[in-house]
Amino acid sequence: MSRQSLSKAHQKITELSWEPSFATPAQRFGTDYKFEKSPKKDPLKQIMRSYFPMEEEKDDRVYGAMDGAIRGNMFRQVQERWMEWQKLFLSIIPFPEISAARAMPMAIDAVPNPEIHNGLAVQMIDEVRHSTIQMNLKRLYMNHYIDPAGFDMTEQAWANSYSGTIGRQFGESFITGDAVTAANVYLTVVAETAFTNTLFVAMPGEAAANGDYLLPTVFHSVQSDESRHISNGYSILLMALADEDNRKLLERDLRHAWWNNHCVVDAAIGTFIEYGTKDRRKDRDSYAEMWRRWIYDDYYRSYLLPLEKYGLEIPHDLVEESWNRIVNKFYVHRVAQFFATGWPVNFWRIDPMTDEDFEWFEEKYPGWYNQFGRWWEAYNRLRYPGRNKPIAFEDVGYEYPHRCWSCMVPCLIREDMVVEKVDGRWKTYCSETCYWTDAVAFRPTYEGRETPNMGRLTGTREWETLYHNWDLADVLQDLQYVRDDGKTLIPQPHLDLDDEKKLWTLDDIRGIPFASPNITLNEMSDEEREQHIAAYRANPNVTP
Amino acid sequence: MVTQDTSKQRSFPKPEFTDAEAGAVTFPSSESRSFNYFSPKKKRATIYEDVTVDVQPDTDRYLSQGWIYAFQNGPGGYPVDWTGLKSTDWHRFRDPNEEWEKTIYHNNSNVVRQIQQNLENAKKAGAYSGWSRGWTQFVERHVGAWMHAENGLGMHVFVAAQRSGPTNMINTAIAVNSAHKMRFAQDLALYNLDLGESIENFDGSMHRDVWHSDPVWQPVREVVENLTAVEDWAEALFATNIVFESLVGVLFRSYLVMQIAARNGDYVTPTLIGTGENDYERDLRYTRELFTMLTGDLEHSTANKRLLQEWVNKWAPRCSRAAHELQPIWSQPQEKVVMFNDSWSAAVDGFRSVLAEFDLEEPKEMAK
Repeated sequence: MSRQSLSKAHQKITELSWEPSFATPAQRFGTDYKFEKSPKKDPLKQIMRSYFPMEEEKDDRVYGAMDGAIRGNMFRQVQERWMEWQKLFLSIIPFPEISAARAMPMAIDAVPNPEIHNGLAVQMIDEVRHSTIQMNLKRLYMNHYIDPAGFDMTEQAWANSYSGTIGRQFGESFITGDAVTAANVYLTVVAETAFTNTLFVAMPGEAAANGDYLLPTVFHSVQSDESRHISNGYSILLMALADEDNRKLLERDLRHAWWNNHCVVDAAIGTFIEYGTKDRRKDRDSYAEMWRRWIYDDYYRSYLLPLEKYGLEIPHDLVEESWNRIVNKFYVHRVAQFFATGWPVNFWRIDPMTDEDFEWFEEKYPGWYNQFGRWWEAYNRLRYPGRNKPIAFEDVGYEYPHRCWSCMVPCLIREDMVVEKVDGRWKTYCSETCYWTDAVAFRPTYEGRETPNMGRLTGTREWETLYHNWDLADVLQDLQYVRDDGKTLIPQPHLDLDDEKKLWTLDDIRGIPFASPNITLNEMSDEEREQHIAAYRANPNVTP
Repeated sequence: MVTQDTSKQRSFPKPEFTDAEAGAVTFPSSESRSFNYFSPKKKRATIYEDVTVDVQPDTDRYLSQGWIYAFQNGPGGYPVDWTGLKSTDWHRFRDPNEEWEKTIYHNNSNVVRQIQQNLENAKKAGAYSGWSRGWTQFVERHVGAWMHAENGLGMHVFVAAQRSGPTNMINTAIAVNSAHKMRFAQDLALYNLDLGESIENFDGSMHRDVWHSDPVWQPVREVVENLTAVEDWAEALFATNIVFESLVGVLFRSYLVMQIAARNGDYVTPTLIGTGENDYERDLRYTRELFTMLTGDLEHSTANKRLLQEWVNKWAPRCSRAAHELQPIWSQPQEKVVMFNDSWSAAVDGFRSVLAEFDLEEPKEMAK
């Protein structure tokens, strides 16, 4: 369809909506934002007649590549180190995608602009596509990769794993609370516009370097839809900016959305890219370098900064602190170390790091070895069962961390941990901003104004609480992270499948008590707690 | 001539043969190659089930930490009480159309191609030149007005409802339904645009006036607007797909336009309207499956039937009135092939047969 006829066709379909006079659509989802003064236009100009064949063509390419990968024996070349992390990544990502579809009516409810509704409805169909195409990719991995365990229980494992709740924020945040906070600022303005760059562009590049060219095939196809979604988000953002009353809410939501995306996405994708790869070329970009390019330059400098001309206060401090955490405070490395510490309760295997990895990390992140090197050496030493317990339960100088009540990633930058009694319970937060998120932002009032539509933090936010004082073997049985012989664990701290003696079983972890740091913290006297917190913050957590 | 820049060393990752393919080694779970966290409807799971089931988690299944965000005045996630209907296991529902992305794009693209070819051929063949002024006005006014009903329901009933169902299988089926409705509405709008370019004196904006103010269409608009205002997602779905579509949608599309167009020299419009009918057949299939499951629920059958009967009693009279108000348009075309009463009887027969499947009764007013 030519541009001119597309324009005419789009003009025509704007005639479909009308101003109702008998009844107005149900307002299922509220917002505290106001849009009375908003300009109205649809940035997308997408019509179904051109949309469906375009997507069908994209699908054909993806499925053709999948057939080709199987015929070409791609799995003889994929790195197991990489594929194991896909068990986690692909367990998480279909839910945020489908949540984005479910978020669209929230945006439609909130924004009284029929012209933009069409674009949002198209986005809804895109998101159904993304969710199912990613599930299908995972199905293919399960069928053709050497170790299907973990892929085979994917949606169950994700729903009961500690790692699932970290990922689930990137999904539940789209569909809950204030409709504009959720479906616009968090979903499109920050998650899709900023962080899908590392998710769907940087990470697939790393997949290809590890012999997996299906992840790039699927995710680049997904990313090609995202640019349209970004337009939807920007359009609603400009509409919100037309009313001065929205400015404070936008600033609140940008701070919350930026920081939560940083905490969650950088934790996960940073780990997959840095610890899932076998490509240790020194001129290969580190996650920090990718972040600088895709997030700092492409998003912060090119997208966020220009919003200042509308009088919006941009969270410069949080952008800089995110960078600081990634580059100077070893955020990603601390998360990877935590995932590896917790290997017995994962549903994937984690490959030990080698000398070649150490050299690369030290080159890219000077000081890495002093902080993490000896711990990874211990991980390597303790990787087989029989003579030792899992590393988390051996004395290697690593203190198991508290979990952040807001972002649910543990408080790994220990000196930054905030501890406060909120809603009658002592809670730990990874940072001042995460404390603010719970104590200030997600509340029914904000800076003196009523915010009755803002969401609330709920759920059993510390996963360990579910299993306080359980035997570790019972935890694994409850989670069902056990292979089909009824005893061998799905998670393993190595990739050696050729000798069953090297594989950990329930018997190897029986008798090990599991504890909740938060319950323990709340059981302490005030004095004990203060001492504990001071010691926690001061502990460099380095293996001697 | 081939040249190579040797001034700098190219850097690229080195592929390695890892032998990480299925079957390379035997170990516990090495043959575990199916998703094992749900029971497929048949012996083996379909691709549709594999890519759809449990992607939307549930605290009644595996979601051990619960929903981690909530609305200020209620729970988060997908509360089952967002409808008055109840199920002992919402997850039993499977879409008989087995819709996932490949079917969505395949089916809708086929429809798009079919329509575009028909319209191109019609233009080339001068198919509109034989239309009488009466028929042209019928298409201009009434086929034109119908696009609004389709779009309003697509955007504000189905797009809205797909946020609210308690399982991914239900919400995805509803999302596909909304895509059908919006595509069909746009097809009607673009057909209207085509006709405006092809037929002299065809008023391409008349459909808006008719939808807004022609008295015969106002009760239809009133029902459509009221359907969009329903908060209970299952009521909106039931009232639209079972009641409104049977008594108004099918009446207008199948038992009026499809019957009379050819006799009025129009072989193009039915091909377009037929795609809407085909969509509805698919959408009715999943809707029937869902409400059959709920009316047959071991624990909640009686309560569900009672509530569904209330919805029938609430919506059927409104739809019946809207249908009857449309009656004058049956006599507008030159060739009056069908009588309103015959069309209405056929529509009511269809409605009765669906109600019978759910063990529901038609309202007394309609039995007269």
